[in-house]
Parts: sequence; C-alpha cells; structure tokens
Amino acid sequence: MTDVVQGPFRNEKALRRLKKRRAADVRFRTYGLSAIAFALLALSLLVASIGFQAVSAATYHVVRFDVVLDPQVIAPDGEDTPADISRNVDGFYSLLRSDLLETFPQAADDRLSRLRLGDLVTRLAVLPVARTVAENPTRIGRSMKITVPLNDDLDLYLKGAISKDARVHIGEIASVSETAQNEVSLSGPSAFRGLEAMISTLRAEDGDAVDARSVLLTSGSSTGRVTHLETGAAHVTMLTGSADAFRGARPVARIIALPETERNVSDQQIAWTLALKEMGRISRVPHFSLLTNTDSTYPEIAGALAAIVGSLLTMLVTAFIAIPVGIFASIYLEEFAPRNRLTEIIEVNINNLAAVPSIVFGLLGAAVFLGFFGLPRSAPLVGGLVLALMTLPTIIIASRAALKSVPPSIRAAALGVGASKMQSVFHHVLPLAGPGILTGAILGMARALGETAPLLLIGMVAFVADVPSSPTDEATALPVLIFSWSTNAERAWEPMTAAVIVILLMFLVTMNGIVVLLRRRFERRW
Amino acid sequence: MFQQLGHLPMGWLMLALLAMLASGAFFVGRVQAERFSGPAAARIHSRPNYHGYFVAMWTFVPALIVALGYGLMGESLVRSQLVSELPANFLKIPGVELSVYLDAVSRAAVHNDYTGADRVFAAITNRYLEIQGVVKLSAIGLALLGATVGFVLSRRRIVPGFRARNRVEAGIELMLFLCAAIAIATTVGIIASLLYESLRFFAEIPFWDFLFGTRWNAQTSAEFGALPLFFGTFMIALIAMLIAAPVGLFAAIYLSEYAGPKVRGWVKPILEILAGIPTVVYGFFALLVVAPSIRSLAVWINTTLISSGLTSEPLLAAQPTSALAAGLVMGIMVIPFVSSLSDDVINAVPQTLRDAAYAMGATKSETVKHVVLPAALPGIIASLLLAVSRAIGETMIVVMAAGQRARISADPTADLTTITVQIVALLTGETEFDSPKTLSAFALGLVLFAVTLVFNLIALRVVQKYREKYD
Amino acid sequence: METTVTESRENASSELSVDQGEGLTFPRIECRNINVFYGDKQAIFDISLSIPDRAVTALIGPSGCGKSTFLRCLNRMNDTIESCKVTGEIIMDGENINNPDIDPVLLRSRVGMVFQKPNPFPKSIYDNIAYGPRIHGLADSREDLDAMVEKSLRRAGLWEEVKDRLTSPGNSLSGGQQQRLCIARAIAVRPEVILMDEPCSALDPVATARIEELIDELRKRYCIVIVTHSMQQAARVSQRTAFFHLGELVEMGDTDQIFTNPRERRTEDYITGRFG
Repeated sequence: MTDVVQGPFRNEKALRRLKKRRAADVRFRTYGLSAIAFALLALSLLVASIGFQAVSAATYHVVRFDVVLDPQVIAPDGEDTPADISRNVDGFYSLLRSDLLETFPQAADDRLSRLRLGDLVTRLAVLPVARTVAENPTRIGRSMKITVPLNDDLDLYLKGAISKDARVHIGEIASVSETAQNEVSLSGPSAFRGLEAMISTLRAEDGDAVDARSVLLTSGSSTGRVTHLETGAAHVTMLTGSADAFRGARPVARIIALPETERNVSDQQIAWTLALKEMGRISRVPHFSLLTNTDSTYPEIAGALAAIVGSLLTMLVTAFIAIPVGIFASIYLEEFAPRNRLTEIIEVNINNLAAVPSIVFGLLGAAVFLGFFGLPRSAPLVGGLVLALMTLPTIIIASRAALKSVPPSIRAAALGVGASKMQSVFHHVLPLAGPGILTGAILGMARALGETAPLLLIGMVAFVADVPSSPTDEATALPVLIFSWSTNAERAWEPMTAAVIVILLMFLVTMNGIVVLLRRRFERRW
Repeated sequence: MFQQLGHLPMGWLMLALLAMLASGAFFVGRVQAERFSGPAAARIHSRPNYHGYFVAMWTFVPALIVALGYGLMGESLVRSQLVSELPANFLKIPGVELSVYLDAVSRAAVHNDYTGADRVFAAITNRYLEIQGVVKLSAIGLALLGATVGFVLSRRRIVPGFRARNRVEAGIELMLFLCAAIAIATTVGIIASLLYESLRFFAEIPFWDFLFGTRWNAQTSAEFGALPLFFGTFMIALIAMLIAAPVGLFAAIYLSEYAGPKVRGWVKPILEILAGIPTVVYGFFALLVVAPSIRSLAVWINTTLISSGLTSEPLLAAQPTSALAAGLVMGIMVIPFVSSLSDDVINAVPQTLRDAAYAMGATKSETVKHVVLPAALPGIIASLLLAVSRAIGETMIVVMAAGQRARISADPTADLTTITVQIVALLTGETEFDSPKTLSAFALGLVLFAVTLVFNLIALRVVQKYREKYD
Repeated sequence: METTVTESRENASSELSVDQGEGLTFPRIECRNINVFYGDKQAIFDISLSIPDRAVTALIGPSGCGKSTFLRCLNRMNDTIESCKVTGEIIMDGENINNPDIDPVLLRSRVGMVFQKPNPFPKSIYDNIAYGPRIHGLADSREDLDAMVEKSLRRAGLWEEVKDRLTSPGNSLSGGQQQRLCIARAIAVRPEVILMDEPCSALDPVATARIEELIDELRKRYCIVIVTHSMQQAARVSQRTAFFHLGELVEMGDTDQIFTNPRERRTEDYITGRFG
C-alpha cells in the first residue's frame, strides 16, 4: 500500500485540505458576486416598480361632451362679466350633468343616483372650460365640445388597477323576458356554460368570497347585474340601457374581483362608464395635464406645474449663490490662503459640513432666515439660500480638486511673463480647471434638486395652487410635491406620484448625462 | 404718496441701480485714467481698466451693503415699526396669531387685494404700505449716498502713479476671503442657532429628562423624553447597516479583487446611481412597495404561528409603516457609501503584499481575508462610520416609511419614530417659535449634529492617518 | 588561483555529473523551451536550463532582460497577471508544474519567494511567520506552531534579535531585519526551493552582507535561485550563473567559469561593463 507512487504534489492529505481551501475560495467569490447582484436587483426593483406605476399615469380617460352653452346657466343676469363666467364652476358643471342625465334618463328617478351620475366627472374639472369661454364670450349660446377627465376611481377601474376582472364570453341569448321592473331573465341553451365554469374555478381558488362579487353582463351599451344564475338562464337587474340589447346577442360577462362594498365605485357607475365607452365618448389620451395643471385635491385634474416652476426658481437661487461663492472660496483656499493652522481648521470644517445631515441646514434656515431675518416662508428665495449653504461645501471640494490638478508649471509660466498672481489664477488656472469645476457644480445642483428635508422645515409643505412668478412668492418644489402626494389617501395618487418621480429622475439623468459628456470631452491627462 | 412708493419693486430696482452705478463709475474712472497727461503719465502703473475697476469697486460696494441690508432686514424693520404703532388691544394677541395677521397684511399689500377686509385691516394695510414706502425710499437714498461718497473719494486717488491694480486685486482677494469665510459662518451659524434655541429649551425642560426620559409627547407639549427617539434612530440605522455593511464590503472586494475592467467599468457607476437617487424616491418605494410586503409577511408569520399552535396571540405588530421597511430601504441607499470608499482603500493596498501572500501558497480568498482586508481596515472602518452617520441623519425615508409612534420596541415590524421624523413633525404645521414644542426640535437637531460630527471627525481622522501610513 | 579553479571544476564536474544523471539526484528544476508572452509582446524566448539542488543559481543580466519574469515562472507567480502566458515545461520532481492540473497554491508552498522590497504582512512578527503553516495546516498544535516559528527565525538568523518581541508588528523592524523576516516567512512552510528576486537591492551594505551570509547557510538545505543585477554579488554567493539578455539565455555555467572565462561575446561584454 505504501508503494503507490505519489508525487509530492499529489499528497493525499494536502489535496484534501486544498480542496477545502479551494471551496472556501469559490464561496468567497460567490459572496462578492451575490452582493453585487443584490444591489443591482434592489435598484432594478425600485426602478421597475416606480416605472410601472408611472406608465399607468401617463395616459388617462377623458369624457367627451357636446353641449349648448345656455346663457341662462352660464352667464345669468348680474353675473355675466368675464370674471364671473370664469368662476362659474357650478354653471358649467350643471351643463355637463344635464347632458349625462339626458344620456341616462333612468338615473333621474332619485336623488342618490343623480348624485352618483354626477360623480362621473369632477366639479372643478370644468374650470379650464370656464376660462376659455370667458375669453371668448361669443361662444355663449352656441354648442361646444368639452372634454373633461373621468373620475379618478373609474379611470383606475378602466385601467384595471382597482380590481382584476375576469371576463367571459357568453353564448347567444335566445330569449329575453321581463320579470319585474328592471328585472329580466335571459335564457339561452348552453349560453352560460363558460360563466359557470369560470365561477367554479374562482370558487376553487377563493372559496365563498366569490359569492360577494358582482357579475355584470354587457351587450352594446346596456349592462345588467346578475342576481341569480341557473343552467341556461340568468336573472339580471338592468343597470343601464334596455334589455332588448341582449336579444340574440352574445354579451360579455365581467366578474369584478372586489365586492361592491369594498370599492369606491358602484356597479351602477361602472355600468354607465362602460356605456359611455361603448358610445365612443370615453377615450384614453396622454396625461398632459400632469405637466400643465397646478396642484388640486382631485387627482384627475392635479398637475405638477407649480412644483416644476418652484423647483426651477429655487435652483436658480441656489446656483446663483452657491456656484460663484463656492468657486471664489475654493480659489481663495487653494491659491491664496496661507498654509497655517487656521486654514487647516477651515478645511476640516468644510469636509465636515459636506457630511452634515441636510435636515440640520433646514433647522438653520428656519432659525436664521425665517426667525431672525424674517424672510417669507415657503419662498424659493429661502429654499434656495438653505440649499446653497448645503451645496457649498460639495462645490468647494470639487473645485479645489479641479484647481489642484492644474500643474504648477502653468502658474509659473504665467508669473514668468509678468502676470500678477490674481491674473495668473483668473486668466490661466481657472479656465483649465473649468471643466472639473463645472462638473462639480452640476453634480452639486443635482443633489440639491432632489433634497426635501430642508425645504420642509422652511415651510414649503403647504398646498400651492398658483404658479409662483418670483422667488419671493409662495412655492413648492418637485421633491416636496412627491412627498405630499405620496401621503394622500386615494389610490389614484400613487401612479401620479410615480409619474412625477419619473419627471424628477429625468432631470437628474440629464444633469448627470451632461457631466459624463463633459468629462469625456474635456478630460485632460497632465 | 409714500403709500404708492410702498409698491416699488425693490428687487429689480436695486439690481438695476447697482448695475448702473457700477458701470457708470467704471467708465468715468477709466476715462479719467486715459486722460492722463504730462510727464507723470508715461510712468503710469496700472492700465486704465484697473482705475475704472477701482472707482467702480468703491461706488458699488457701499450700495451693495445697503441693498443687502434692506433685503435681509427690511421687512422686519417695517413690521416692527408697524407693530409699535398698533393700538393696545393688538399687543395682547399671542405672537403666532399676530405674525399670521401681519402675513395677511403683507399679502394684501403686495397683491393690492382688499377684498374681504374690514376697515381696520384696510387702514393697517395702508399704513403698512406707507411705512414700506418710507423704508424703501430711505434705502435707495442711502445706497445712492454711499455710492456717491465712494465715487467722489475714489476719484481723488486717480493719479498716474496710483497702484490701481494692486488695490483692485486686494479688493478681489478680500472678496475671495469673504466667500471662504461664508463656509465658516455656516458652521458657526449652525452651532449658534442650535445652541441658542436648545438652551432656551433646556431652560424649561431639564437636560436629563430630555436625554433619558422615556416618554415623548411633544405635540401636546407634555413630555419630552427623547430616549425612544434615540432608540428608533439606532434601531433603523442598525438594520440599515446590517444590509449595507456586508453587501457594500463584499461588493467592493469583488470589484477590486475579482472583477475585470469591463465589469468594473459598468458596475461601479451603477452603484453610484444608488447614491444619486433622491431620498424621497426611496421613501416612496419604501412606503408603497416594501412596507406592505413586510406587513403581509408579518401577518403570514403571525397566522402560521397561531395556526400551528406555537403562539396564541399575534407575535409581530405588522404595522403598515415599520422600522424594518425603512431600515431595509435605507440600507440599500447606503450601500454605495460603504462600497465606494472601501473599493478605493482596497485598491490602494500595495500589490507587493498580495504577491507575498500568493508566493507562500495562499489562495485568493485567504490573501484577501488575512492580508488585504487587515491592511485596508482603517479605511473600511472610516467608510462604515460615514455610512452610519448618513443613516442617522436621513430624513425622508423614515418620515415616509417608519412611523410616528415614539416607543421602544424590539419588534422590527412595529412602527418607530426617529429624531429626524420628529424634527419634521414639530416644525411643519403650526409653528409658534417660542413654545417648548418647537424648541425641542432644535434640541433634537443639536444632538443629531453632535453625534454625526463625532462620527465624521473620527472617520476623517482615520482616513488621514491611513493615508500617512501608505504614502 | 589554479587550484581554486581546479577545485571548482571538480565541484562543477560533480555537479555536471549530477546534471548528466549519473548520480542519485536529479537537477532540482529542469526548464525546457520556456516562452513567456505579455499579451502580444514576447518577453522570454525559448529558454531551457537546469537548476541544481543545494546550490545557489544566479540569474544575471541588464535590466529588462527578463530575469525576474523567468524567476516568476518557477513558482507560477505569472499566473496572477491576466495577460501573461507561459509555454514550455518546467519539470520538478518528475512533474511538469506548468501543467494546468497542478494547483499553483500547492506548488508555492514548495517553492518560496523573497521579493526585492521587504513586504512583511501588517501583522505581528509571530503571525507573519505563522501565517504560512496555518493556511497549509502544517502545525497540529500551538506548541508545534511556536516551534516552527522559532526554527524559521533561527534559520534566518533573526531569532536572537526578536525573540522578546514576537508580538510587535512586522514593519517595526529595520530594512535588513524585515528582509530576514521575509526569508524566515518563506522558510516556515518548509519549501524545497527558495526564489529570491534582487533581495538586497533595497538594503544597505551591512544588511546585504548579512543576507549573503544567510544565503550561504541556506544553500546547504535548499535549492536557491537568485536574481541579481550585481555581478559581484552573483560571484560571491552563487555556484551556477545564467546570463540573460533581451529575453534569451545567452550562457549558463559554473559561476567561476562565467566570470573568468565566458564563452559568449555578449557575456564578456556585460561582465566587463561594456553595457548594462
């Protein structure tokens, strides 16, 4: 047994040990790889979930109306100045409501259903229309095509976000017979087989909860709710339209996953919406108002315009203050300051300031700018000042690095032809350090654009409905808007917040992209 | 008349004024220098431009100082004057209401919108405008006066032998210095304002009660024991570091030891992206994606435990906002802080140390574990400290996803609140500037600043000493 | 002079007889047709040579001629460089160590290396030496390990100087001591071959002399290959010398013969200082 030739490199014990060590080696590498995979996965999850939501908000449903602008309603005596007309929300809204009532006369029967029908469109949604008419009073008395957004919950329903519906095609309905007021019985041999199969499948998955769900049958613009299902026949309560629409037709059945008691939209409202859709009065269009409207308590007419302008004004103030001061400060520290204890302390101080939590700057702003100086709350001026102080250390550090990278030979050459120190710095060193300084400034601005906490503390949290026109007007900023929308209750705010996040991220991506381009074009290797 | 003047757009006016003064003075000065004649003219020291700059400087700066003074102090000046003229019953109104009233007066004045105002309000607004008019006029007058004096005095100095360029450059250097001083002023301002307000707070609430009290009910100005807040901050930062430290460190190890340049070139920037995403976006993600998932998971755990008979009551709190949700997302956000700096320090370890280990027959992982990491340890520790400092100071993620309940609980699915969340909660909404409620926010801010300062300083020192070792 | 020549020739012939395989021992390392490429650039051109056991072989030549590159082939350190490719056979104990089947980790425990600039680990003196035995599992107990550390330090001539401060950091020693520490560290894993890449070039003459003494001691136990750009050092410490130039092996032979009676013109030019 001992004469098995084993070379010194194939010693049994060593090989066994080596195997363990190699295994540990592979494990170690895997840890590293999985760490990176984890980080990348988290990032993708973040981007995907927000992007997915944002896509949902990129388009929305609008309802078309063709109404006559009755002067009695819109501009009654005593209130017929353009200013009055542009504020006459109730008047314009009642025009739309009357139109809806004409379309669905059964709803006129009781007050509750009139209210529900009116809910299909938000009252305030008519404001832009009112303004347009006020500017062209000649249109009064004539007919006008009006497009307003659909109620946010119904919009979500049509997008499939509220409830995942199961759709089943029904076979041909042979006969329709009215059993009571609004109640009909539909029968057709084997017409409801698909529906029954679907219901039993759902029952197998979700148990008895299935019974609470609404089943709607739609044919053309008529919809009814199934009250009782037997083999070959269904008892239906008509919600809209007439039972005749079912005769000889192949209706579509919808099983709405969320029971009526758990949603904000009733079966009746869904029925009306489906009818309007069938009539071609509902279409899905790009959600431009997200960018052109100002904030509102109603999601379907809310937009980020005021926030975008507010952010722009704030960034202007920040850039106007932080960039020049930062560059000048870095020039002083790098070129002129004597190398003594004081400047060392200043350096440590700046490095530390760059790492101070942003909320502390908010406290500073609240105490000094609002409290001591009495500057207006919630103004881009104050927000810009606070963010400028926060961004200053970053810009100083980046600019110093850029200045440091310019070789001393350049300075020496300038001095050699008789330039003063100041001239050598401003005419020679600064231009060469320019790209580096610029990239540092842009990165600083990008960070400031996304900051929220300091702005909250100086009062930018309030609901701002007007577009600010100067740095001293009340304003809000994009990140603050995102914050306040995300805490709103209604479901519809989620996709809209995600859409605004996408807008913010696009600004940031552009700024970072410019930095990358600048670096590539102007990077010099000394 | 003064009332009309009250509407002057001071911002544009001042800017235009300053611009005109500066350029006018510049031209006058330059022309004056160009007109030098006589024997001395040949030995002119500085070019005419610099003489122009000199005069412009002395004209511009006094006006600028007045303009800045008006900008900062103008409104308070007007208001204090107005308040001093108000009838006695106004002075009985508590501070916050009075300033809201004055805000309304100011708004009405600016927009010239007197709708819904009673006669008293209208009268006050008119008086406000009058006082504003006086102040604005005086500001303009003062600025012009200062400019003129500066102009006249500086023109006298313009002679051929005058070293205008040196003076101008000294002025510029002063300006550069002042800009650098702003950075110091910021730190001083932060410390001063935090200390000032905190001391006012501690005058009413004892220091030890604040630091060690366990009940926090600041909104009702009842109790100010900050211990639950410290605990919440600590717990969430701990969860965050439990994720960020291993992931960041191993990612850095892989990138610097195992990855090829192509992989490095792609992955490193992508990790930097994690650091560039605004925290409010992380907060949104935490609130709407992570927190519900954790809640569902906790609920599932609860029901499984109950149905399998191990517990009789729900074990986990399963709140819609939780420490775990905020901590997880914060951990993801902080990963690049650890990985970036660690990557740099690991790369900086000299190759010869690795060679020595390989030459002895060490495997790659043994080399990294036993030789490279210990050598890079100070830098890695610094990166961890900076990451912790960031986690402690983070606001938006916790505001949106952590919760508002101030309590000490070991359950990560419960909602906890942190220092930063409370600061935001206390300072948004109604802010009466002198109540203990608002002042407590500053006390919290002071603690936050102090703690992060300590971490940052230690980290900076460690990085410095480490550089000395290897340079 | 002549007797010295005769003596060395006798030694040489006994080593030559070793080379020719008449005796019981083989050449410790036998290299055949070694070529080394860095990417597309070739650095070593078809080198074949033998390295005898229990002797010092010096590799000399002007800078950039490939001596260090060749040295690094002998313990496959070139594997750690991505773009480097080595072809040819290096036979040690009957196996071609260039064979991808052979794990370089195991190889390097048998072929140790000492570098130009001393590079102790950022650990204590004790841990520097103990590191190798630990990872290779050479010690069964703490006492074993202590004994190995002491033995290595003694063999490197460092024991007396550091025995009282084994826990102080490795880089608290002087340059010469650090290099001896590195030698002790290499010895601790019980190699059969020790490679030295210009081990004295970062040291002062006194430290250099000590190291050269040490090398002379060590060659009684180990096969030593040393790269040096000092011809005097090569003449002092080695028994066999190989002269490299521009990646080629120009001449190899007994040290005395190379330095007194080189066969190649280039060798003579280098030795007499006409270039390099």
